Amino acid sequence: MSLPRLLAGIDDLPMDQRRHTSVHGELPRWRATELLAELERSGLRGRGGGGFPLALKLAAVRRGGSSPVVVVNGTESEPMSTKDRLLMWCAPHLIVDGAVALADAIGAAEVIFCLDELEPRIHESLHREIGERAEGRRLTMGIVATPGGYVTGHESAIVHWHDDGIATPLPNPPRVSERGVRRRPTLVANVETVAHVALIARHGADWFRELGTEADPGTALITLSGAVADPGVYEIAHGEPLASLLRTAGGASEPIRAFLVGGYGGGWVDAGELPKLRLSRAQLRPFGTRLGAGVVVALGQSACPVAEIARAAEWLSAQSAGQCGPCIHGLGSIAAGMASIRDGDDPPTLDRVARWCELVTGRGACAHPDGVAEFISSALRVFAPELIDHAELGRCDACDASPTLTLSGTHAVH
Amino acid sequence: MRIEIDPIACDGHGLCAELLPELIALDEWGYPLIADREVPPELEALARRAASVCPTLALRLAPRHRAGQR
Repeated sequence: MSLPRLLAGIDDLPMDQRRHTSVHGELPRWRATELLAELERSGLRGRGGGGFPLALKLAAVRRGGSSPVVVVNGTESEPMSTKDRLLMWCAPHLIVDGAVALADAIGAAEVIFCLDELEPRIHESLHREIGERAEGRRLTMGIVATPGGYVTGHESAIVHWHDDGIATPLPNPPRVSERGVRRRPTLVANVETVAHVALIARHGADWFRELGTEADPGTALITLSGAVADPGVYEIAHGEPLASLLRTAGGASEPIRAFLVGGYGGGWVDAGELPKLRLSRAQLRPFGTRLGAGVVVALGQSACPVAEIARAAEWLSAQSAGQCGPCIHGLGSIAAGMASIRDGDDPPTLDRVARWCELVTGRGACAHPDGVAEFISSALRVFAPELIDHAELGRCDACDASPTLTLSGTHAVH
Repeated sequence: MRIEIDPIACDGHGLCAELLPELIALDEWGYPLIADREVPPELEALARRAASVCPTLALRLAPRHRAGQR
């Protein structure tokens, strides 16, 4: 089976059980140990942004003790990603299949689906599907609506929200694999990851590895936006050149200045690198970025990168949960620094922003400051000429153009 | 032993940096920067004192190798 895999048979409406089975086939029943071995052999990594090997998470939860819980993370709090919403809306049975397989694999009797509270339509449809599927199984499945906010999607923030009604990250250690929902060992897996599990459970690890690269097997969903003719969610094989994805999306709608790869936890890459850019975790590493949750944004040459970055920096600072000092003060300083560069400040502010990026890295309970630091420091590298112009001359004509980067609250299923 | 800071609990009182300047400095916002997480034996007593006087109990001392540590 070639591409598409996850997006096979998808149109604008939720796929019902009959159509789901005719597209993907029945979900076979596995012995837990065999399914765990198959998932390990597949090399599947998490698709929520961290890219952590699923097999290691599964092993950690199994070490964590009895009565584990599976949490399917559909919060999709990265504002420029819509792939998880698309899967939950269009292919709910695939998500439920994957969740059931994971629950069987680790001996969990409870599955919790987490979903942005602003998605009542997906909530309703998913609710219907899990109602049908839970019948006759010793498995409880429920849905939890999560509040907005960039760090809400962090796995410990989900646990905190579920248990205490507070959607902020928790101290680490302990990890959620040791002590998560109701203090039980908890597997938190992204929606797309869970959908891949549903397909690996059907076709096996060898089939999964037929597409993709040795280091990053399988396919991935990419949410492509910005200066492209046909933005939206695309399924690629890991290792596909970004140039070929752009062609599939109808090409650029104007000359491109740079690409943001990996969203707000990823980094900027100069458009001149396009011929060398391939979409996988390992192949993006030399360019200082990651695939993350599969967000790719093409920034056109008509945009002002400095205004875009300053605006995003302010939003990212406001997204801090406000728990860790270096994050509160550091992201605040970075945002203020970027605003003053945009409005015309002495070039030394550039050095200060670079230093603050180093200073906040690794100093929060979650990786939010680290992600912001990567986003900003890559911008300092790629947009150096524009930043120096702004620092010396102040705002430009493009500063007030309609922004390319989405910040929040504008999600929609396409 | 190893120094661990719980960044959520830490309020930047800065007593740790006063007691243990060999290992802990403060950043420009007053929060601890750890030069070396591994505490040499001659500083262990001071490290214990720094942990015990931290008003928010954010500074903890852990055994050198701890399972599940990142």
